[in-house]
Amino acid sequence: MPEPTASARVELRCSGSGGQGILLAATIIAEAATALGRRVVQTQSYGPEARGGASKAEVIIAEEPIDYPEVRRPDVSLVLSQAAYEKYAADTRPGGLLIYDSGLVEADPGAAGVTHCGLPFTQVATDELGKKVVTNIIALGALVARSGVLPADAVEEAVLSRVPPRFRELNEKAYRLGLRLAAGAADAETTTKDGLTPTTAPAPGS
Amino acid sequence: MAISVTEAAKAGVPVLLQGNEAVAEGAIAAGVRFYAGYPITPSTEIAEVLSRRLPEVGGTFIQMEDEIASIAAVCGASLAGAKALTATSGPGFSLMQEMIGFASMAQIPCVIVDVMRGGPSTGLPTDPAQGDVMQARWGTHGEHSVIALVPSSVEECYTLTVEAFNLSEQYRTPVIILSDALIGHMREAVTLPHPDKLRVAERGMPDCDPDEYDTVSSTIDNILPRPPLGSPFKVHVTGLVYNRRSGAPDTADPATAADLGRYLREKIYHHRDAIVRVEEVEMDGAEVAIFAYGSVARSAMAVVKKARAQGARVGMVRPITLWPFPTAAVARMAEQVRTVIVPEMNIKQMSWEVEAAVKGRAKVVDYGRVDGELITPEEILELVKPEFYYHRWEDT
Amino acid sequence: MSALVDEQRLEAAPEDCAPPRIKPHTTAEIRRHLRTPKTLWCPGCSNGTITRALIDAVLGLAIDPEKLVVVAGIGCSGRISAYLEYSTVHTAHGRALAVATGAKAADPGLEIVVVMGDGDCAAIGGNHFIHAARRNVDLTAIVFNNSIYGMTGGQTSPTTHLGDKSTTSVYGNVEPAFDLCELAHAAGATYVARGTAWSYQQLVNVIAGGIVHKGFSMVEAMAVCPVYYGRFNLTPDPAEFLRLQKEHAVPAAKFEDETRSHERYPIGVLHHAERAEFTTGLAGLKERAREAGHA
Repeated sequence: MPEPTASARVELRCSGSGGQGILLAATIIAEAATALGRRVVQTQSYGPEARGGASKAEVIIAEEPIDYPEVRRPDVSLVLSQAAYEKYAADTRPGGLLIYDSGLVEADPGAAGVTHCGLPFTQVATDELGKKVVTNIIALGALVARSGVLPADAVEEAVLSRVPPRFRELNEKAYRLGLRLAAGAADAETTTKDGLTPTTAPAPGS
Repeated sequence: MAISVTEAAKAGVPVLLQGNEAVAEGAIAAGVRFYAGYPITPSTEIAEVLSRRLPEVGGTFIQMEDEIASIAAVCGASLAGAKALTATSGPGFSLMQEMIGFASMAQIPCVIVDVMRGGPSTGLPTDPAQGDVMQARWGTHGEHSVIALVPSSVEECYTLTVEAFNLSEQYRTPVIILSDALIGHMREAVTLPHPDKLRVAERGMPDCDPDEYDTVSSTIDNILPRPPLGSPFKVHVTGLVYNRRSGAPDTADPATAADLGRYLREKIYHHRDAIVRVEEVEMDGAEVAIFAYGSVARSAMAVVKKARAQGARVGMVRPITLWPFPTAAVARMAEQVRTVIVPEMNIKQMSWEVEAAVKGRAKVVDYGRVDGELITPEEILELVKPEFYYHRWEDT
Repeated sequence: MSALVDEQRLEAAPEDCAPPRIKPHTTAEIRRHLRTPKTLWCPGCSNGTITRALIDAVLGLAIDPEKLVVVAGIGCSGRISAYLEYSTVHTAHGRALAVATGAKAADPGLEIVVVMGDGDCAAIGGNHFIHAARRNVDLTAIVFNNSIYGMTGGQTSPTTHLGDKSTTSVYGNVEPAFDLCELAHAAGATYVARGTAWSYQQLVNVIAGGIVHKGFSMVEAMAVCPVYYGRFNLTPDPAEFLRLQKEHAVPAAKFEDETRSHERYPIGVLHHAERAEFTTGLAGLKERAREAGHA
C-alpha cells in the first residue's frame, strides 16, 4: 500500500449496490480533500442494467491539476457487495489496499500484492448502533484509518457537515467506530510474500 | 453543503461542485431569472438545482410539458425581458431544434444546454458522447449561424454559462452549451471567480424614441438591445423573413430576404475573432497536435504531458468555442505540425471540419468511439506513437 | 365536466357568467390599433371581423395598448400579429401558448392575448393547449375556428366534421371533430366561451369577458372560410355561410341537454369558474423560497 506523498495522485473507488451510500462515502472524501485545498475529481457510474448490478463512485486526489478524470487502477478500493467485488476488485493496483465488508463479500485474495482487509461493517452497524444505514460511514472511517489518504479529523469534519444536525451524533459514532475497527484489523493482519491473507477482525464487543 | 456556492465564490474558497450544478450556479451568477425545461438524463440536475435556486432570487422555474414547450417558453420569457435558460440531452435537443431556429431568426437571446449522451434515440442515457456537435450547428432547418461552447471541466461549466449569456445578449442570438454526461455528473474541487470580477452583459433598452427605433443600428455598449414586450416600442417579433431595420415581415422581396440572411450570418461571423476561444497547450515547437474538445480534451491533456515528459513534441489545440469553428487556430496549427489527431466520441463529426480547415497542409488522423466510454489517454497515445517513428517510447 | 383532480375548483353560479357589455367603436377608433389596413385574408373571410371584435373589446375595457401583447401561431389567423399595433409575436406553428406562458411567467404585468387557428391550437399545439388550461395561466386564447387549414390550401383539421370534404379528405373525413370548448373545459380552463363571426356584438362581449377573467380563458370564435371550407362543403357564398352560422348557433341559455353537432351548437359563456391562477402561485412560491433561503 503506497504512502501518499505530497505530489502523488491517489485513486479511490467505492463500490457496492444501490442504496448502500457508496456515492455519499465518495462525496465525503472528495469534500474533505476539497476543504484541504487538494485537487479533486469525483465520478460515478450507475444504472444496474448497463453495469450488472454493481455501482461505483470514484475519487482522485492530487496536488497537480487532474487531467484524465476516470479511475482504472485504484490505489484504494472499498467493496460492499459480492457483485461489486467480482466486477471491480481485480482492478486494484498492485501494492494497493482492498477493504471489504467481510459479512457480505467472500474474498479471494488472488491478486498478488494487494492488501486485503475484511471487516464486518454491516454487522457492526446493526449490532453496535442499531442502524444499518450508517454502514457506509463506518466503512469510510475504516478506509481513512487504513489508507491514511487524508487526515482522519478532516474527513470527520466533512462527515458532520454533510449530515443533518439530528443525525450528527449517530454519524460521528459510526465514523469513529470505523476508525477503531480498522486499527484492530491492522494489528491482526498478517502478510505473506506471494500474496496476502485476508483477515477478518471480530467486531468490538462481540 | 456547509457553504453556499455564492458564499464560496465571494470568499475565494474551493467547493466541490458537480458539472450540472455549476451550470445552474453559473446561470444564477449571469443573472438568469427564468428556466423552463423537461426532465431528461443526464441533464436533470440543472433543473433540480434551479427549481430551488431561481425562486430564492426572485426568478421563475417552470417544468413544461415537453422540450418544445420548454424552449418556446424560454423564447417568450426572453422576449418579456428575462435572461432565460433551458437544459436537455440529445432527444430533447432534437425536439428543440424548431424553436432554436425561431430564436435564431427572431434574434432572441437565450441559452440551451445539451448534456450529450449516447444516441441516436434513447441510446445510452447515462453515458457520455459527443454525437450532437453537428446537430448544434445544423440541427434547425434553413441557413443560420449559431454559437456553441464546449466545457472541459466543472469550472468551465460555470464560467462558460456566464460567457454564453454574455454572447447571447451581445449578439442577440441563441447560444448552445455542449456538455456531456461525464462533465455534467463529475464533481471537481473548484475555486470560482468572485461575483464582482465576472463580466455580465446586461439587457439594455434602446436609448432612442420608440418611433426612431431601428433593430439593427440602435445599440448600447455594443449590445443589440431587445426592447421587451409590453413596452412603448411595441415590437413585432416574427419567424417570417422581415425587414431587418423595421422588423416588419416581408416575404415578397428577395432583396429583403437576402439582406436579412446576410445580416444574421455576418453578425456572428464578422465578429468571429471576438467570439472564438481556443486553448493551446504545449504548441510551442509541437510536431504533432491533438485537436480535442470537451471531456476528451482531459485525456488528450494527459497524453501531451506523457509525451512531453519523454521528449516527444506533442501539443493540444482545444476549442472552447466549437461554433463558429475556430478556422484560424486550426489553420495556424496546420502550418506548424505534420499530423493532427482528432479523437472524439462520435465518428468523424469534427474531424471532417478540421480536415476542411487544414486544407491538406497536415495529415489528419481521426479516432472515434461511440460506446459510451471516454477515450483513454492510452488510446490516443497509440495514435501519437507512429507519428514519431524515430522515437524510443518508454513504458507508460 | 372536468378532467382535473383539483379540490380548489368552485363552479360559479350561472348569473356570474354574463360577460361585460361593450359599446362598439367607430372604424376610425379601430384603425388606430392597426399597423396596416391591408391584410392577406380572402374576401368573405371572418378573420377581419374577429380582429375588429378583439380591438373593440380592448378599447371597451380601456386596456393600455402598450401593455397588451398578442402572441399568435401560424396559419391564416397568425397573420393578425403583423396587423395589430401592440407588442406582437408571430411564433411557430402550434407554439403560441408555450411562448405566451413563458412571457406571462417572466412578466405577470403583461396582458396577453393568444391567437390560434383550429389546427394550430388543437393539432400541432394540442399538448400546449391542454397544459396551459391545466396550469390556469392568466392568458386569453382566441381560437379562430374555420374547421380547415386555410393557409396551406384547405386540408382536414381536428375540427373538420365527420364526412366533410377537404383536399386531404376527398372521399369525406373519417375522423370526428374536437369540440374545442369541451376540450378546454375538461383540461381545466376557467373561462370558456364561444362566439360567431355572425353574432358580432356577442363575440366582442365574450372576448372582453375572457380578457377580464383572471385565469386561462378560451374563446372559440367560429369563423367562416368560404374559399376552402365553404366551397368544399356548405357554400362558397360568404353571406349564405354567415346566414347558416346564425341558424346553427344557439344562445347557451337556450341550449339545454341537447346533443351538440356542427349544425347546432351553443354560443355564449359556457363555463366560468375561479381557481388558483398560475402566476399567482409562482409569486407565492417565490415568497416561500425567499423565506426558506433566509431562514
